[in-house]
Amino acid sequence: MRITQGTFSYLPDLTDEQIGAQIQYALDNGWAISLERTDDPHPRNAYWEMVGLPFFDLHDAAAVLGEVRAARTAHPDEYIKLNAYDARLGRQTTALSFIIGRPANEPGFVLDRTDESDRVIRYTLRRAAAR
Amino acid sequence: MSSTINGQASAPERAHSGVASYASMGYWEPDYEPKDTDVLCAFRITPQPGVDPIEAAAAVAGESSTATWTIVWTDRLTAHDHYRARAYRLDPVPGNPEQFIAYIAYDIDLFEEGSIANLTSSIIGNVFGFKALKALRLEDMRIPVAYVKTFQGPPHGIVMEREYLNKFGRPLLGATVKPKLGLSARNYGRVVYEALRGGLDFTKDDENINSQPFMRWRDRFLFCMEGVKKAEAASGEIKGHYLNITAGDMEEMYERAEFAKEIGSVIIMIDLTIGYTAMQSISKWARRNGVLLHLHRAGHSTYTRQKSHGVSFRVISKWVRLIGVDHIHAGTVVGKLEGDPNTTKGYYDTLREDFTPANPLTGLYFDQHWAALNPVMPVASGGIHAGQMHQLLHYLGEDVVLQFGGGTIGHPDGIAAGAAANRVALEAMIMARNEGRDYLNQGPDILRAAARTCAPLARALDLWKDVSFDYASTDTPDVTPTASY
Repeated sequence: MRITQGTFSYLPDLTDEQIGAQIQYALDNGWAISLERTDDPHPRNAYWEMVGLPFFDLHDAAAVLGEVRAARTAHPDEYIKLNAYDARLGRQTTALSFIIGRPANEPGFVLDRTDESDRVIRYTLRRAAAR
Repeated sequence: MSSTINGQASAPERAHSGVASYASMGYWEPDYEPKDTDVLCAFRITPQPGVDPIEAAAAVAGESSTATWTIVWTDRLTAHDHYRARAYRLDPVPGNPEQFIAYIAYDIDLFEEGSIANLTSSIIGNVFGFKALKALRLEDMRIPVAYVKTFQGPPHGIVMEREYLNKFGRPLLGATVKPKLGLSARNYGRVVYEALRGGLDFTKDDENINSQPFMRWRDRFLFCMEGVKKAEAASGEIKGHYLNITAGDMEEMYERAEFAKEIGSVIIMIDLTIGYTAMQSISKWARRNGVLLHLHRAGHSTYTRQKSHGVSFRVISKWVRLIGVDHIHAGTVVGKLEGDPNTTKGYYDTLREDFTPANPLTGLYFDQHWAALNPVMPVASGGIHAGQMHQLLHYLGEDVVLQFGGGTIGHPDGIAAGAAANRVALEAMIMARNEGRDYLNQGPDILRAAARTCAPLARALDLWKDVSFDYASTDTPDVTPTASY
């Protein structure tokens, strides 16, 4: 199972060169880049663990790419995403976010159903056990 | 004096008993300086032959504010000078000697706070049937910030929607379930599941799917949620289906909305046909209950499309932003439905920007400030497919829902394959744009390259390569770009 959160999950995994180009695009727009990691990619998990603070003062794409590589090395079995944050008035939100690291084996999710009355079903999305 | 407006030989008696020209009654005031708090309107007027255009403009100002066809003594009981609308400017339309653009200013006191019903009853209430005019069109409206602030606008807005859905940096993708009518609820939910697991973010009821004998609403809602939740489990993404709650009365609509919320839908949908007040009520419900609100502009072309008569969609865009919806269909440029590129840009800017300057190229007559009112996510739907992705991104930008109904469900390898083709095409185009490539001109090459690792995209590109809808638009700006603009 391949989790398809993020801007580019339907494409083949990005090469470092492709990631570098996206970082450059973000920097050119004045967006701050940050990295986040998790072993719980539930779609409602809004708060992945931050890999340090956002790189507000890092304006060199090669340096950011170095941070990407370091995070991957440090957390080889977790999901890692790169966010670009747009602080402009009226946006003040994430402008771009894509997965740059994922575990070799993605267990995915199980959908639990609980029957209630009148044919209503309660759904719970649960992390599947790792195989 | 005799009225020049009715043009009848028998006018003098009437004049003696109290008919004065609208212009002479103060409805034409060319040296009037509009106040920041005035509502300003630009009307395209086509006077009947022989009718003085200034008098026609004054008549529109009069009939849409305080006047009736004759002098009434009770005028003298009011601060008439304050309540009277004024036509303050009249421009000929380039290349069309019959038509004029009349600018009219209305004092803000004429309108009830937070009521589009009241605003529209005044401004488009009865002037459109006025005999002395051959045709009349409300081209644009400047809503003063003081009046904007009497509305809460979209319940969530673009930023909140993206944060809620955890989807950033690309347009969202949707599809309307087809065939529009006749599927049973269980089969209908199958289309939802396949399209969402294949890669779309949303699926959608069509405007005329409400609760017909072949599929009652409650059955549809339950099967659709099964499809949505299964697709969430398969992808790890948040998915939604616009459950259309449009019904014959508000009580029924609230019941359907409550049930949609109860079973966990992130979004509901209404049709424009339910009316301004009903939309505003559902907007309040959506804000109170944390459910995104999608609006289908069903029926709008009856009054927005013809350039000489009706209400421009840029005005409808402003009204629905005030009313408060999170999504509205606003044109595709390249698809099967009406949409000149510049005119469509005017709608999109009106829905998404916090300030839009007057711009004759995009058909915007006034500067418009929104004072941080939430923007509306435009939706492009109708005859679009993956092969147009570069054009769609170019014309419509990133904050938009691209809806490929036939372009998903019509895929020869199945619905999920169609959805995946659209998603891959979109992500490839965003990546190329961000890399600084000339994606508009290299679009077909970018798509072909992406199709090398995505067989469904290759099939889609082959199947629909010759499909385009290249007809002249009926609704276009009066000016076209030239070197001096």
